[in-house]
Amino acid sequence: MKTFTYRTAAGVADGLEPGATFLGGGTNLVDLMKLGVATPDVLVDVTRLGLDDVAELPGGGLRIGAGVRNSDLAADPRVRGQYPVLSQALLAGASGQLRNMATTAGNLLQRTRCRYFMDATMPCNKHDPGSGCPAVSGDHRNLAILGASPSCIATHPSDMAVALAALDAVVRISGPTGERTVPVTELHRLPGDTPERDTVLEHGELITAVDLPPLEFATRSTYRKVRDRASYAFAVGSVAAALQVTDGTVRDVRLAFGAVAHKPWRASQAEEALRGRPATRESFLAAADAELGAARPLRDNTFKVALIRNLVASVLEGLS
Amino acid sequence: MDLVVNGAEQSLDLDPRTTLLDALREHLGLTGAKKGCDHGQCGACTVLLDGRRVNSCLILAITLSGSEVTTIEGVDHPVQQKFLEHDGFQCGYCTPGQICSAVGMLDEFSQGWPSAVTGSGPPDLSDPEIRERMSGNLCRCGAYPNMVPAIREAAER
Repeated sequence: MKTFTYRTAAGVADGLEPGATFLGGGTNLVDLMKLGVATPDVLVDVTRLGLDDVAELPGGGLRIGAGVRNSDLAADPRVRGQYPVLSQALLAGASGQLRNMATTAGNLLQRTRCRYFMDATMPCNKHDPGSGCPAVSGDHRNLAILGASPSCIATHPSDMAVALAALDAVVRISGPTGERTVPVTELHRLPGDTPERDTVLEHGELITAVDLPPLEFATRSTYRKVRDRASYAFAVGSVAAALQVTDGTVRDVRLAFGAVAHKPWRASQAEEALRGRPATRESFLAAADAELGAARPLRDNTFKVALIRNLVASVLEGLS
Repeated sequence: MDLVVNGAEQSLDLDPRTTLLDALREHLGLTGAKKGCDHGQCGACTVLLDGRRVNSCLILAITLSGSEVTTIEGVDHPVQQKFLEHDGFQCGYCTPGQICSAVGMLDEFSQGWPSAVTGSGPPDLSDPEIRERMSGNLCRCGAYPNMVPAIREAAER
């Protein structure tokens, strides 16, 4: 591991010196530092800033502190009751040990597990801009089918973020130039020509909280994850969904896909195609097709299109 | 930095790169926690940090000033006897991590924490629940079938 200096953050608006990075639970960053993929000069520890509460918002909804551990958030009775999709997504991710350390903001900002990115000796436009993307012709079985570019076909690995995308969560950000909010669906970028940038955050900006707006029908929501072993593995494909059906008709729906793109993929076109339609398997499949028409799978991940399509139908049937 | 390990105060002068696992093994001589993968994928390094199970290989020791760590050397829990009775291991390399993880897991369960296989009601400690909750600890010998009843019986005590 490259040498670095360590300090604790004094406040949320302090920003970062050049070459510095924030440290939360460290479950991804410390690993990337061991691998030589992350090489910060300074680590600024933000775990003692007291951003570790889950609070109820005045108009309904919850404010989740950036430092709330994934295990605490998953077990929170308000999250389990009002937003089961979020609790389930958290519990589908990582292991008990990792969830005890991993934080809300750290989960959002974790890096892709693309094997070329994780290997500092390999070319990768994300860790070495301009060096190329071996995944396009190499091992891409678990990489993106939506929104990718010739420069990068990485997927965002989070389960939690998929649920947050479905729930219209809003990310609260603090930095030297003030505070701002960004919908979680706009926090992560598509790779385009600059895949080295995962998110819209500027250097020194710190996520302080994630707001969950009230969504009454989220009590009927769920997260389904497909992976290569029964537990403790990243998703091959996942779906977060909330569904409101009245008299057999879809009144409202929230849908997001995981492990298919450089960001948690909010399936807005599928939602649009479903509102007002009969809550039947045929409608669910047609809605999935509306979203997946834009899919551009590669040699070894074509299966993901059918996987997500079937997941959507299965999850929505389960909720209706 | 100051740290309480197995009830004893320790004062350490560490390179910032030192993980908790390396601090325990190389600086404090506590070699119970094992270095398996060193990337948070196997659970062999599991210890209890302020009572919670964590992967000590992914935590920089310097961040833990004022914390309390319990390693397998400091654990005294029925799950240990049950591992012996049920032969819950073969080579033993993953065992300290399995035991620390089980101790942390049983505490999480007693607080009502759900798992990925918990339904909407309160969880019961069924075999699928134990397997899911222990999935962060790998055993290359495959001694899982004996660990599950060991943990279940330790919970029943």
